[in-house]
Amino acid sequence: MDQAFLALPLRRLADAALDRARRFGARHAAVQVVRTRRGQLLLRDGSTAAAAETERTALSVRLTTARGRGFAATSELTAEAAADAANRAWAVARACEPLSGDGVPFADEPVHTDATWRSAYEINPFDVPEPERAAVLGGWSRNLLASPHVSSVLAKCTAVQENRFYADLAGTTTTQQRVRVHPQVLVTGVHPRTGVVETLRSLGPPVARGWEYLGGTGWDWADEIAAMPEHLAEKLRARPVEPGSHDLVVDASNLWLTVHETVGHATELDRALGHEISYAGTTFATPDQLGHLRYGSELMTVTADRTAPHGMATTGFDDEGVAAQSWPLVENGVLTGFQFDRSTAWAVGASRSNGCAFAESSSHPPLPRMPNVSLQPSATPCRVEDLIGGVEDGVYLVGSASWSIDSRRENFQFTAQRCHRIRSGRLAEPLSGVAYQSSTTDFWNALAGLGDASTVTSFGADFCGKGRPAQAAAASHAVPPALFRGVPVLNVGGAA
Amino acid sequence: MIPAHEVVERALAAARPGDGTAVVVDEVVHAHLRWAGDTATRAGHVVERRVHVVVLTPAGTAGVVSGGGALDASGVRDLVASASAAARRPEAEGGAGPLVPADRPEAPDWREPAADAPPHALAETAAEVAEAARDFARRGRVLHGYAEHEVRTTLLGTTTGLRLRHVQPRTLLDLTARAADPPASSWAGAEVDSPAELDLPAVLASLERRLDWSARRLDLTPGRYEVLLPPSCTADLMRQLYWSAGARDAEDGRSAFAGRLGDRLSSRALTLRSDPTAPGVACDPFVVARTSGADTSVSDNGLSLGPTSWITDGVLTALVHTRASAENAGAPVTPRVGNLVLQGRGDEPSLSEMIATTRHGLLLTSLWYLRDVDPRTLLLTGLTRDGVHLVRDGEVVAAVDDFRFNESPLHLLDRVLEVGPTSVTLAREWDDERTRTAMPPLRIADFAAVGRAA
Repeated sequence: MDQAFLALPLRRLADAALDRARRFGARHAAVQVVRTRRGQLLLRDGSTAAAAETERTALSVRLTTARGRGFAATSELTAEAAADAANRAWAVARACEPLSGDGVPFADEPVHTDATWRSAYEINPFDVPEPERAAVLGGWSRNLLASPHVSSVLAKCTAVQENRFYADLAGTTTTQQRVRVHPQVLVTGVHPRTGVVETLRSLGPPVARGWEYLGGTGWDWADEIAAMPEHLAEKLRARPVEPGSHDLVVDASNLWLTVHETVGHATELDRALGHEISYAGTTFATPDQLGHLRYGSELMTVTADRTAPHGMATTGFDDEGVAAQSWPLVENGVLTGFQFDRSTAWAVGASRSNGCAFAESSSHPPLPRMPNVSLQPSATPCRVEDLIGGVEDGVYLVGSASWSIDSRRENFQFTAQRCHRIRSGRLAEPLSGVAYQSSTTDFWNALAGLGDASTVTSFGADFCGKGRPAQAAAASHAVPPALFRGVPVLNVGGAA
Repeated sequence: MIPAHEVVERALAAARPGDGTAVVVDEVVHAHLRWAGDTATRAGHVVERRVHVVVLTPAGTAGVVSGGGALDASGVRDLVASASAAARRPEAEGGAGPLVPADRPEAPDWREPAADAPPHALAETAAEVAEAARDFARRGRVLHGYAEHEVRTTLLGTTTGLRLRHVQPRTLLDLTARAADPPASSWAGAEVDSPAELDLPAVLASLERRLDWSARRLDLTPGRYEVLLPPSCTADLMRQLYWSAGARDAEDGRSAFAGRLGDRLSSRALTLRSDPTAPGVACDPFVVARTSGADTSVSDNGLSLGPTSWITDGVLTALVHTRASAENAGAPVTPRVGNLVLQGRGDEPSLSEMIATTRHGLLLTSLWYLRDVDPRTLLLTGLTRDGVHLVRDGEVVAAVDDFRFNESPLHLLDRVLEVGPTSVTLAREWDDERTRTAMPPLRIADFAAVGRAA
């Protein structure tokens, strides 16, 4: 645990704010101090083009009255500022009492006293001197620039360390530390004859690991970097896809984002309650459909968790002091679960939150955010080659690129980093301009095959936006490759 | 807490001799309120400070370190030392130009406390929207929304002697209304400087009018349609275009603007420009670069911003340049400005008049989830949201499905048939970004609806 964070007067700050809230007669009150360190490094063709280190620490107080809720935050970490934040939170709660229609429900949670939790990593990236970090990215860049197919390389890495202290009137106090890293490489190539410029991004995902990740723990970066020039060359000579209905084999590196957008966000209960109507949107999946909405084929089982090792949403406790859990969202194709916090649990008759409250920082109020949401693999042996082998004429997609989905999480369009035609069960020529467009339940009901447990890979999003004021969160998605029959494909890259 | 201007002075005093150092302090006060129907779901008041220190070495390398929170004197010195060390890392890319010289006197309010906004800044708004929500509910309609008032005080000081200060107020209102029978939704938004300037009755009336238009519902057949874009839709598309207009990406062949400078992008006399003093969308009058990017440079901090015309009478006339990229290209220095104004000739019909002269077309409400598909053509995919209406023989006759589209704002400019009057507007999808907009409604030919959306 970071000693500089622990050296902050966390208990004194909490006492000052909670005492004030208690004196006001708040029904519930919580204090949170969050410190976020973020290190960003960008190399352009092997030279460090930008490096930025950011450290942000703030304290927040949130409380509820009988008719309102209020939140206040400050950068100033003194007992006086903490008490003033409680004053302001109270003033905000009183100011919004005219909007007290549904009351202020808040589910109970067992008290967790002096709990601590730290995510699993070997080497804290902030313990690695920047020259060493730059040297890794520089080495990758030089290897790529040695290829005739590569004209330029952008290599970057973002490292984040979050420390969170939470205390509430009920007596829960938690202290936690999470670390994650996200290396990325973007290579550019120019077709020698046509002059067409094409780019390719690495697939290696953001992950809740330490610097050991760049050395190959959890992802074979050496292998991926070595393969990128040839993949880029394929992309440069790719032929436009014929639009129409195609069988798709979607690699885990692409499918994770489809899971994120069509299942992860669609099963957020606050969307179903209309809390996100004015921004992120709603969802077609509503509580009245629990247990009978046919989400997808029998093969589709999706789980939510905040417990998977190295998952970016994995934590010991959420930002309302709720212990981490795991639960199903879709079982054998049927909607069976939602994600919620202590304020929204009532809407599905739950007596306890499933621990999804999260705030980007102490300057943001917590709101329901996505846990790790993962598609379960086939119980019978099946490799990606087997899925491809089952397709007479189709498309194989690898890596996420562009994505867009409507405000009810139904109609979507996704593209990929690279695509191949499948002919007679084998990979054939590379394709360009491939975009698959469908509606969520049509797509998942077209699910016809899944890779087995050996094919599951965890990908994820470390900058997922939601809420007002908008805030970012990170979540991982462990998925296998999958086969979908008869999915509409567009050509968004030009004439076929 | 150390006053903001003293943070700047202490940081500059700690700078290593010979280094160029720039310090930016943002003091932000922010009140927000979010509700669904007659229930507040979030409400808050945030006071925060962020400090950004930029160090430029004599060798032309740069280091940037940022800190959030109340820094004491040693914390300020630590930030400068960290930025200095970052600027001297091995294999740092050189080429950062010198800091902007002190060509202006110290801002008269340099030592003033940061501008404030009280916790109850939105209390009146809360009472008004509560009443409106109850009124909507009585008629079977639900009002959802978000209101925000933020005041950002930015101080910028440099070792060259600049002492600049800017106060940027911003109030935002974003409303969505829903009707159950028949199912319909509508959206309206506004951005002004203070809550007192919000015209809630006008925004509510706009919502109600669109819901009333939705009493009849028809299916939409995918295909190409003439569309009327309200100013908010124009704003979302033009901001995507503006963000892609970096000169460096164009020179590298990575953007749709490669080799296009001087090209006619529209047969209409459309002008896309930025001006920090533009009425209703005033923004930072000098460059505030908290980090370097493809078309921003920390060494440009403090550079005065003036009017820039990106597209002039339909012709692409400028791309976003830092001082360094402008020098390399032999082009004028045209840094990114925090606002964007699109306008036609000035004798334009209003959106209502455009509806009245439409024989067969679609009136959009707002756009959503715009994402790059192909940066080489600026092809975007996106969706219409909260209401598309069919216009026939000059009248709105029904609501139709929202739809997905794949279009490039660059290509749309060439299909503009008519331009309305420019007004201050809220770009819906990207309203949390800082580019303020004043846009006209546009009539566009052959806008492709490729699939039904919710």
